[in-house]
Amino acid sequence: MDGVHDMGGTDGFGKVEVEKDEPVFHAPWEGRVLAMQRAMGYAGAWHIDHSRFAQERLPPLTYLGVSYYQRWALAMENNVTERGYASPEELKAGHAVTPGKTLPRKLTLDVVERGLTRSSFFRQQQGPQRFQPGDRVRTKNIHPASHTRLPRYARGKLGVVELCHGCHMYPDSVAVDRGDDPQWLYTVVFTSQELWGPDADPTSEVSIDAFEPYLESA
Amino acid sequence: MAADERKHGDPVRPAPAHGHGHAHDHDHDHDHDGQPRTPDTNETGYYELMATAIRELLIEKGVITADEVRKQLEFMDSRSPALGAQMIARAWADPAYKKRLLADGTKAAAEFGIPMGDAELIVVENTPKVHNMIVCTLCSCYPRTVLGLPPDWYKSKSYRSRAVIEPRAVLEEFGTEVRDDVTVRVHDSNADMRYLVLPMRPEGTEGWSEEKLADLVTRDSMIGTGLPKNPKEIA
Repeated sequence: MDGVHDMGGTDGFGKVEVEKDEPVFHAPWEGRVLAMQRAMGYAGAWHIDHSRFAQERLPPLTYLGVSYYQRWALAMENNVTERGYASPEELKAGHAVTPGKTLPRKLTLDVVERGLTRSSFFRQQQGPQRFQPGDRVRTKNIHPASHTRLPRYARGKLGVVELCHGCHMYPDSVAVDRGDDPQWLYTVVFTSQELWGPDADPTSEVSIDAFEPYLESA
Repeated sequence: MAADERKHGDPVRPAPAHGHGHAHDHDHDHDHDGQPRTPDTNETGYYELMATAIRELLIEKGVITADEVRKQLEFMDSRSPALGAQMIARAWADPAYKKRLLADGTKAAAEFGIPMGDAELIVVENTPKVHNMIVCTLCSCYPRTVLGLPPDWYKSKSYRSRAVIEPRAVLEEFGTEVRDDVTVRVHDSNADMRYLVLPMRPEGTEGWSEEKLADLVTRDSMIGTGLPKNPKEIA
């Protein structure tokens, strides 16, 4: 979706400011939100792209106005209630009214220690790989109303395939519960002038990772 | 800007009246141009309550356990840039490892016992001709398993918006000089590949041990907004 989360190239946010001592959390609850998010992710309650999409669907003023972990907390609240892990009434009352929903699998402590908090995005190849490194491609000019990982600044642009990463689950399908729908994933390089016009810095370039449905031959 | 991510009031949810009798650091109440902002203590109160409610409900319902949440946090806490620095230092010292690192970052991390979880690690090499820099314009993808949790500036609207359109201006703000005859390549990590920069080994470090080399590797040099330390700084 063309939301405010798609920030590449937006003006007006000011300088990049480095915070003193760079604390990773500013309050203990932020860490717990992160930990719950990872626990629920491993348990198969929802996928990372459901979390991303839930953030993207926040009202624009909220997305821009709240802090990073506040955004995570709001997205998690939506996923918890929309997917039936707790109801809004239960959240309000502060105690359970119905039994918990069974999870596809459970995070156990030994799994955390091995760092296997989520599963792999890699999937068996489905169809033939359409593009090869060196191929010229154009990204499609698409504006889906739901989740996509093709940033707006890189749509309808001419680039060159640099790498192929194999087949991966397709976020655009996963986020709307249409299954893994594996697609080939490529690194595609664009000159800054292709992305930002003739006045752009000729000595810089940008690459994105593009799923095959985002691309056409050029 | 980093602080901006935390200071604004929530325009959607009403916050309760703000009292001053608490022990929160008050330098958050104004931004650097002196404009008063809604203090983040109120919102923290609301979000703290909400996060706690979700956690307790999920525990009560048997969906997660308190131990899992704690353990998960401990695991993330144990990740730090020192892990990535070990890998970079070995790549500088051992050409065979460097080759493996560039060919398959995920496997090369596993050689140090570092799990990547679900994502794949791609290592990109700085050369006299190319300087690499990592961003995630759509959210906050970051190689957390090898660098720890990202700093606020990496997740800021400012970095996310500007890194792809004016990378050299951003580098300048970080005090990082990249000559005009060097191409700046920005990697927008918009899928689930995670990127790590292999900086160039500083000159004057011939014969250094991996351990000593690792001291030169800064977190920002592995994101690409910085360079390794000058060997003279630690010699």
